[in-house]
Amino acid sequence: MSTQAKISILSPAIFLPALRDAVIKLDPRQLIRNPVIFVTEVVAVLVTVIFVQDAFSAAAEMRFSGQIALWLWFTVLFATFAEAVAEGRGKAQAESLKRGKSDLVAKKLRFPSDANNRAFESIPATSLKIGDIILVEVNDLMPGDGEVIEGVASVNESAITGESAPVIREAGGDRSAVTGGTQVISDWLKVRITTKPGETFVDRMIALIEGAKRQKTPNEIALSILLSGLTLVFLIAVVTLYGLAAYSGTDLSVAVLAALLVTLIPTTIGGLLSAIGIAGMDRLIRFNVIATSGRAVEAAGDVDTLLLDKTGTITFGNRMASEFLPVAGVTEKYLAEAVLLASLSDETAEGRSIVALAKSDFSLSVPKILPNGTTSIAFSAQTRISGIDIEGRRIRKGAVDAVLKFVGLDKTTAAADFNKAVDAIARSGGTPLAVAEADRLLGVVHLKDVVKPGIKERFAALRAMGIRTVMVTGDNPVTAAAIASEAGVDDFIAEATPEQKLDYIRKEQVGGRLIAMCGDGTNDAPALAQADVGVAMQSGTQAAREAGNMVDLDSSPTKLIEIVEIGKQILMTRGSLTTFSIANDVAKYFAIIPALFLVTYPELGALNIMGLASPQSAILSAVIFNALIIVALIPLALRGVKYRPVGAAALLSRNLLVYGLGGLIAPFIGIKLVDMAVTALGLI
Amino acid sequence: MSLSGWLQIGFVLIVVLLLVKPLGLYMARVFTGERTFLSPVLGPVERGFYALAGVRTDKEQGWLGYTMGVLAFSLAGFVVLYSMLRLQNFLPLNPQGFAGLSPDLAFNTAASFVTNTNWQSYGGETTMSHLSQMLGLTVQNFVSAATGIAVAIALTRAFVRSGVNELGNFWVDLTRATLYVLLPLAIVVALAFVAMGLPQNLDANFVATTIEGVQQTIATGPVASQEAIKQLGTNGGGFFNVNAAHPFENPTAFSNYLNIIAMLAISAALVYTFGQMVGNRRQGWALISVTVIMLVIGTGAIYWAESFGNPLLTAVGVDPSMGNFEGKEVRFGQAMSALYSAVTTGLSNGGVNAMHGSLTPLGGLVPMFLMQLGEVLPGGVGSGLYALLVFAILAVFVAGLMVGRTPEFLGKKVEAREMKFAMLAVLILPLVILGFTAISVVADFGTSSILTPGPHGLSEILYAYTSAAANNGSAFGGLTANTPWYNTTLGIAMLLGRFAYLVPVLAIAGSLVAKPRAAASSGTFPTDKPLFVGLLIGVIIILGGLQFFPALALGPIVEHFVMLAGQSF
Repeated sequence: MSTQAKISILSPAIFLPALRDAVIKLDPRQLIRNPVIFVTEVVAVLVTVIFVQDAFSAAAEMRFSGQIALWLWFTVLFATFAEAVAEGRGKAQAESLKRGKSDLVAKKLRFPSDANNRAFESIPATSLKIGDIILVEVNDLMPGDGEVIEGVASVNESAITGESAPVIREAGGDRSAVTGGTQVISDWLKVRITTKPGETFVDRMIALIEGAKRQKTPNEIALSILLSGLTLVFLIAVVTLYGLAAYSGTDLSVAVLAALLVTLIPTTIGGLLSAIGIAGMDRLIRFNVIATSGRAVEAAGDVDTLLLDKTGTITFGNRMASEFLPVAGVTEKYLAEAVLLASLSDETAEGRSIVALAKSDFSLSVPKILPNGTTSIAFSAQTRISGIDIEGRRIRKGAVDAVLKFVGLDKTTAAADFNKAVDAIARSGGTPLAVAEADRLLGVVHLKDVVKPGIKERFAALRAMGIRTVMVTGDNPVTAAAIASEAGVDDFIAEATPEQKLDYIRKEQVGGRLIAMCGDGTNDAPALAQADVGVAMQSGTQAAREAGNMVDLDSSPTKLIEIVEIGKQILMTRGSLTTFSIANDVAKYFAIIPALFLVTYPELGALNIMGLASPQSAILSAVIFNALIIVALIPLALRGVKYRPVGAAALLSRNLLVYGLGGLIAPFIGIKLVDMAVTALGLI
Repeated sequence: MSLSGWLQIGFVLIVVLLLVKPLGLYMARVFTGERTFLSPVLGPVERGFYALAGVRTDKEQGWLGYTMGVLAFSLAGFVVLYSMLRLQNFLPLNPQGFAGLSPDLAFNTAASFVTNTNWQSYGGETTMSHLSQMLGLTVQNFVSAATGIAVAIALTRAFVRSGVNELGNFWVDLTRATLYVLLPLAIVVALAFVAMGLPQNLDANFVATTIEGVQQTIATGPVASQEAIKQLGTNGGGFFNVNAAHPFENPTAFSNYLNIIAMLAISAALVYTFGQMVGNRRQGWALISVTVIMLVIGTGAIYWAESFGNPLLTAVGVDPSMGNFEGKEVRFGQAMSALYSAVTTGLSNGGVNAMHGSLTPLGGLVPMFLMQLGEVLPGGVGSGLYALLVFAILAVFVAGLMVGRTPEFLGKKVEAREMKFAMLAVLILPLVILGFTAISVVADFGTSSILTPGPHGLSEILYAYTSAAANNGSAFGGLTANTPWYNTTLGIAMLLGRFAYLVPVLAIAGSLVAKPRAAASSGTFPTDKPLFVGLLIGVIIILGGLQFFPALALGPIVEHFVMLAGQSF
């Protein structure tokens, strides 16, 4: 699934099937969805008929009308080819998913209400119904989407996520969702089916990848209207030109008018529009994100505010030791060594981080074998301390008040520098961990939520894009504020409850902002549903996955940033190619108009600034250029225009320069080159 | 071209720019219902009208209701004017005893004035009674202008409001536009014109004996008042046939300045009003910059082409230093004729102080092209603003995508519905202009009216339909337009150009007003910066150019090259 490798459109696996599909797509009933290319096809048919007439009457124009007809067909074919190529890349992925899905068998429990009776009947997965309880045992493939109601098992989800490490699935909590097509590799699960066969996650994925369910997104529809409108405008201009030309003493042939029409209507963007959308979805899929609709991807480009969970997204999620603060009379190294010993048998992330810090900062070594008589004191909720008795030393670490109690002190009697250190840590949003040996206080370890490296830069990039980041955390406001400022987020919601998240989203939306968020728990579901872009983690609950409009198969919350970029890329590519397409028309006029009227008004030859060889070669060159530019831009349409987080104004001036000005100039050069080739080859 | 010429052009434009802010702010107050310094005087009058007509000022209309109001009012105005013109020989104030107008001429004229076009198939002083001029044409000069302003204000409100359906009350907007804006300004300008020597009377023509001893009939009438509203309302229908080239309409260089300033004032200020009402004055200035830059380019192009003159005339011994002076008034000169031509066509005014048909081919191309761009520089009162906003929506749609967001203008998302109606509106001009032109140039009933065959004849017809569809009203000259075919089709072109454009615009307003207003961020495409100004100019020129380039190539462009090759038409 997660093949990031670039697939070249020239590879036979893509090229040949795409060529076949491109021909199938010439069917006018399919093509009518794309008005610009449909018009091109109608015109191509018309010119073909004229060519056949010319051929029968052996008219001299036969050579010309034949070549025009040929290139008009190429124009249509290139457009359908672009779409076919875009679809082709997804099709291979869909095939492999389908293979995994075939012939699944479900073990439906005969007596689901009896917890101890595991008798089952084997039925095909396709006949499962919502609410059926099934049993999935070792090496079984999950026959459908569902929720674990009993048991714990490790499940290999690589068929969906591409991640080979197995994950734990268990009843209750946030890890209860299972997906059809995944494999249980240890233990067993009882699962309640939650989705009808044919609508499961894998089915939806296949449909999406194949583009079968593809609907035009709102912006695509609006753009299609613009393109259809422009097509109509040029239709009017070309049809009326026949009358104007007749007045001026020129009898324009249908082939020539057809050529003019097709070069003027926005065939470039018309031909590539659907390919851009499909390729965008495909890019998302290769990022291991499945969107339920193109609409959601488009909305991602518009996101103004990003709601991110602190834990796991902004911070590593575990508090880690960041410094040792000894009291007067104790060296830092002594404190480090003591707390290292106290943490030796502490397998929590905090404990391990203390060991790691002590090792790296003070190059202390961990004794390989603990001497006899060593006792580890495990953490308990009552004492709230842990530690070790080793070689007569009784070292303890734990919550400040608990450790103070252990040494027989309280806050008023503790050393002033100890209190100062504790307060400073609390103020900075960290957690102080007191350390004592026997009845002596040694100092404090500063445990803090460590912000992931590089995250601050990503937020800065988002800010440059005009996107605010909001951190959501269950921490108290002090802690939250400290981490917020360290990570560089714009706002935070502390002590957040699901209701608060929902309220925050609503408030932002009323203010006219679009919100994206990610979540995995059932309690995130309402907020995921309310957000404009809700990204659920594949590892999350079924409720969360249903509520969001995208699922991240890697369960990586920072994905939101890439999703936003892909959304923006799709829109930018559309806009850039539309601009390019329209700007192209200027040069085409300069090629064709003087050619049309050279006989009546030789003076108009002054407009032939490209110095094209003959009227016929000028018209043919414009048509050829118009067709070839579609092919030339297929890679750009599939790859997308590069997005840089530099702010709207800078992006616009760059794209206007490249695609606007470039679109004005490029065809002058291109048509001239084609004309030289046409003349050299003696096509006219 | 000369420095003094450019100084004059600069002077007029600067005066207009100085007027923009105070007038724009004043209109913003008028249309948001705030008190103005005229309220003590006009308030009772206004309330009197509402009481008389049963208008409830607190009851606003959605886009459909507003549109119905506009259409019903215009239809009523059309019927009244048509009847008056047909029956003027039975009505008072007809000292010359002019006959009633023919059906096609009355249709054409009524359509012309109701649509704020003021295309004149008739010669004013030889056709119209004083009553027809004052109570028929002048009334429409006011209310058709006020209708345009009302629609522009309704569209403006679509950007101001969010989550509602109401665009305002058409009857209130219409009344306020007439009473608070057009009427006071018309009085001031009319008095200024009287001071400059324009006639203002209800007399019949009088006969004078010239110094050569010849008898000459001199027409007079309520010229100053008609002239004032003709310019302020960007109507352009002159009292006299030759319009503002006539010494009684435009006697001096100073009256010429005032004419141009009066033409530009309200249209330009309305753009400022837009910025003020949407809470972004920079947006107003950005749009004004678009119009001013294009106006200067247009003026410069005409000025250059005319100063360059006609090489054929130079060849036969005409002093080339004066440029092409055919059809121009010596008292205005090249610069002010160029500015007048650019403004009158950039603005949907249509009055002229020089004969456009006598401009050099390229000089004549510019006014035609400015109209084909859709009258946005800054266009007719109101109609210019809404047409400009339609272009802004189109520009934002394509360019907005290039910043990686779905397009929005002033926080309002531009989606399928807006695009549909914007394209419908944009289609009208090419459909009407090119469609009717193509028919006219191939049919005998069309070509028989042409004065000069060849490309110039094509220009004559193309210009006529362009002028009609764009609701400009200026004529190229040459074409005999007072025929049943031209009167009827030009009338239809005017009606379509006005109403088939205006209805989609109000539909866009109806769609936008219900949308929430999105907050701006640094990721939002800024529409009040120079980049947008340049972009909008590009979109307007390219869109207009692409539609009409083939037609223009066969008219003025080929004429230009043929002239350079030594042949004239």
